[in-house]
Amino acid sequence: MERIPILKMGNFLLVTIQMEMHDRLAMTLQDDLTERIVQTRARGVLIDISSLELVDSFIGRMLRDIAAVAMLLGAQTVVVGMKPAVAITLVELGLTLRGVRAALTVERGMEMLRASMPESLLASMKKTPRKA
Amino acid sequence: MGTKTEFVDKIVSREKDLLDDWMKEQLAAVTLRTDLLSEADLRRQSTELLSAFIESIRPGIPQDIKAPECQHLVGILRDITRMRLEQGFSVSEVATFVLSLKQPIFRVLYDKDTTASAEQLWHMGTYIDRLGLHCTELYQKGREGIIARQQQELLELSTPVVELWEGVVALPLIGTLDSARTQVVMESLLQKLVDTNATMAIIDITGVPTVDTSVAKHLIKTVTAARLMGADCLISGVRPAIALTIVHLGVDLSEITTKATLADALDVCLRRNGFAITRVDQK
Repeated sequence: MERIPILKMGNFLLVTIQMEMHDRLAMTLQDDLTERIVQTRARGVLIDISSLELVDSFIGRMLRDIAAVAMLLGAQTVVVGMKPAVAITLVELGLTLRGVRAALTVERGMEMLRASMPESLLASMKKTPRKA
Repeated sequence: MGTKTEFVDKIVSREKDLLDDWMKEQLAAVTLRTDLLSEADLRRQSTELLSAFIESIRPGIPQDIKAPECQHLVGILRDITRMRLEQGFSVSEVATFVLSLKQPIFRVLYDKDTTASAEQLWHMGTYIDRLGLHCTELYQKGREGIIARQQQELLELSTPVVELWEGVVALPLIGTLDSARTQVVMESLLQKLVDTNATMAIIDITGVPTVDTSVAKHLIKTVTAARLMGADCLISGVRPAIALTIVHLGVDLSEITTKATLADALDVCLRRNGFAITRVDQK
């Protein structure tokens, strides 16, 4: 069965959705991600949807649910790279993804996650030089 | 399906007289517009139309202008109508051009030895009326086409997105927001966010005359969409009257940062991005 890979980067988990999303895949991702957050004690989840052309209400809800679940497990979620057409579709569907943070690029999403981490956690992470 | 009668033959055989009579009629009419159309052009159009008309009734008077024998005539009518629309003729002038054909034809049918019955005349009359009506329809369609094109142009003209500062884009809105326009505005704003990699967007509504519930709904939609793309969206240019209306209508804009002027909004954006503007001291 196909799965969406979940990469671990320090205290964060990176999910890049590269294939056409369908409902089964979305459910599996949700389950896998929840498992991994607990396993790795991740503090942040970054979901890159820059190659998603189509988002329906189910996928939209999944994004919102993932954010809510991650929050319960003590991790923040940032969705990055949403296409304009996708954003318009979600708004028209009435899915405003309240509670989900968004960024335009992976780079900025990472910055956002880092900025919201407490200093002690950052120090324990493998340091990448931060922009002044 | 038409009724083939000898009076049709009569019209066919007297095409030349008919044309002269018709031309005389048109030149004497009060609706003549020599300022828009020269006599030579009028004669050319009349000749063309009359010969197509005669061709169409040769098998009998058509019941319907969609019949295949009318296609040539309808094509000519379309060209003439389009041309006259561009030249600035009014709709009644265009229709009169076709309807004025009635009198010469009736005169041909009613000279010396009348053979046409009332019923045949009636058929002929209805046929010409249909052609006239078709003309008005074509004219109207042409007008609607112009209006639609202008609307499209207006839509494109009125939604520029400008880059105000590094990472800050602004969208000065002019005119009311309806759903079609919101779509265009949203698309261009979001595309600009992608192109410039901006984190802040300002929608300036100084040029929006009124904000009612539907306009507010569209504004909220746009702000939400920008938020989904990772950009914070502010609304500026809220005039006192508009602020009052928003409150009276009970529209909830509490989730959106609003400012009175574009300058204030820009200031917020700069601060959030870590910029500060200071006056250079010149003592």
